Amino acid sequence: MSEYQLQEIPVGPYRHLVSERAVSGETMLLNMGPQHPSTHGVLRLLLELDGEVIVNCIPDIGFLHTGVEKNMEAKTYQKAEVMTDRLDYMNNMGNNLAYVMAVEKLVDLDVPPRAQALRVILTELQRIASHLVWLGTAALDLAAMSVFLYCFREREIILDIFELVSGQRMMTTYFRPGGVWRDVPVEFEAAVRNFIRIFPKRIDEYEALLTNNPLFLDRVAIIGKLSAQDALSYGVTGPNMRASGVDWDLRKVRPYMGYEQYDFNVPTDTRGDVLARYLVRVQEMRESLKIVEQALNKLPIGPVRSDNRKFVPPPRSEIGTSMESLIHHFKLWTDGFPAPKASIYSAVESPRGELGVYLEGDGGPKPYRVHWRTPSFENLEVLPLISKGHLVADLVAIIGSIDIVLGDIDR
Amino acid sequence: MDNRLEKIVKVLQEKASATYEEFRGELHIFINPGQIVDVLTFLRDEHQFSLFSAMTAVDYWPRQNPRFHVIYQLTSLTQNLSLQLRVPVNEGQLKIPTATQVFQSANWREREIFDMFGIEFDGHPDPRRILMPDDWEGHPLRKDYPLGYEEPQFTFNFEEIDLRKPYAKE
Repeated sequence: MSEYQLQEIPVGPYRHLVSERAVSGETMLLNMGPQHPSTHGVLRLLLELDGEVIVNCIPDIGFLHTGVEKNMEAKTYQKAEVMTDRLDYMNNMGNNLAYVMAVEKLVDLDVPPRAQALRVILTELQRIASHLVWLGTAALDLAAMSVFLYCFREREIILDIFELVSGQRMMTTYFRPGGVWRDVPVEFEAAVRNFIRIFPKRIDEYEALLTNNPLFLDRVAIIGKLSAQDALSYGVTGPNMRASGVDWDLRKVRPYMGYEQYDFNVPTDTRGDVLARYLVRVQEMRESLKIVEQALNKLPIGPVRSDNRKFVPPPRSEIGTSMESLIHHFKLWTDGFPAPKASIYSAVESPRGELGVYLEGDGGPKPYRVHWRTPSFENLEVLPLISKGHLVADLVAIIGSIDIVLGDIDR
Repeated sequence: MDNRLEKIVKVLQEKASATYEEFRGELHIFINPGQIVDVLTFLRDEHQFSLFSAMTAVDYWPRQNPRFHVIYQLTSLTQNLSLQLRVPVNEGQLKIPTATQVFQSANWREREIFDMFGIEFDGHPDPRRILMPDDWEGHPLRKDYPLGYEEPQFTFNFEEIDLRKPYAKE
């Protein structure tokens, strides 16, 4: 026997999760992942297979666990923000936003309107970038190679905008408690307008490649069905939930950062299959673009950071002339700012669903407890339910359609 | 407080002798561990709190009674309301009833809390660790669990430190 032969997994510790037929050896337990190209990161799926049909699917996660929650407890509120970029590496601006909004709620800090509008523009661009990576990789899993290349071409434009404003393409840390790091450079508006001009046609191109493509439709229609009731019970949020017919978008129902000023629709679908999730996300990209355009058109002029000096450092120009400012600056970067001994829960709509932060302070400059309610965690939990009875090839399409990011799940 | 939430608080005060706190417009209701499943079922069925938004725990070590708070964050989609239930857990009895019969998503969240804090859930269908390896010792998010660090290696002591570095076992 060669050592590279396919090896079956013993039932042992998974006895309570598999069917009786696995014990008698009628069905087979096989690994998929952790280094499988279609598992979008390092996800291990233990599959109980009857021939090619999935009887049970047991996800095994934690390969990317980095202890972000524990590490944040040892850092001041400003320094802990750097770790938020690394959670969901497709949604860096969105994670920053969730975190700074939680801090602002805990210490009761105001954000000037210009900073709010900039945050909206950048998180919506991030949503488009995240959906582009999803669209590219999900289509790639179904052997549509060219879509992947086109999606990454457009994502590059967005990453260039991020580099323009923050100096970083991905780990931006651009939003800070009380505003943003600094005002955007003069080239920003032209760069975003350029993207707004070219992107609608590009979405049409993707749709021409996929939406009406019979090969694609055959692979995605009617598989991975998720009912609205199951979506709620499993805590599935975001586009996955809206594709099952639940109209719930935190930007609409609990507007934050001035989302109530913008006119946009929340795309929903009632079918709840892989195709519905695809259609909802593609429409979401168009809606996000609408929000970006509106926010850019009425981008207010003014400060981009709160002038509450107890939490926000003074501008460089003041430090040379004012002793008070110098003291504040020194105190903020050596001690940090204290937060009250209390806890809050604050949630935003990330590209994958409800991204919530539970933040508890203890009166000192470091968080006592930070918990990230990450949407992919619940979205993956529903996978065994929706993949049951499908073929292994369909499982690849289903994993692609729920848009998981393992950095988001394992934290 | 929203008057719909006020009604719920009144009922819970009578039925489950609950107490509550408010901070920045958020409602935190304290429930005894024995009654949490009934309260979750009541909120889901009678008041449409159908989305189990989040579940986590906090360690208040060195305080012993209660040492932990287990936190349930619920959302009602039809009423657009949120509330938080907090269950105090004492050091001696680290076992509370599972909520998996009420909300499916409690399954993985409870596994995570067991993994990170060592709180057990009575009647849980799949009580394994979830994020840490199966043979891991200790519960990392407890406050008496040290954060750990890595010794920096320089040219003069590179090999000396390399010998005692905890690499993954072959």
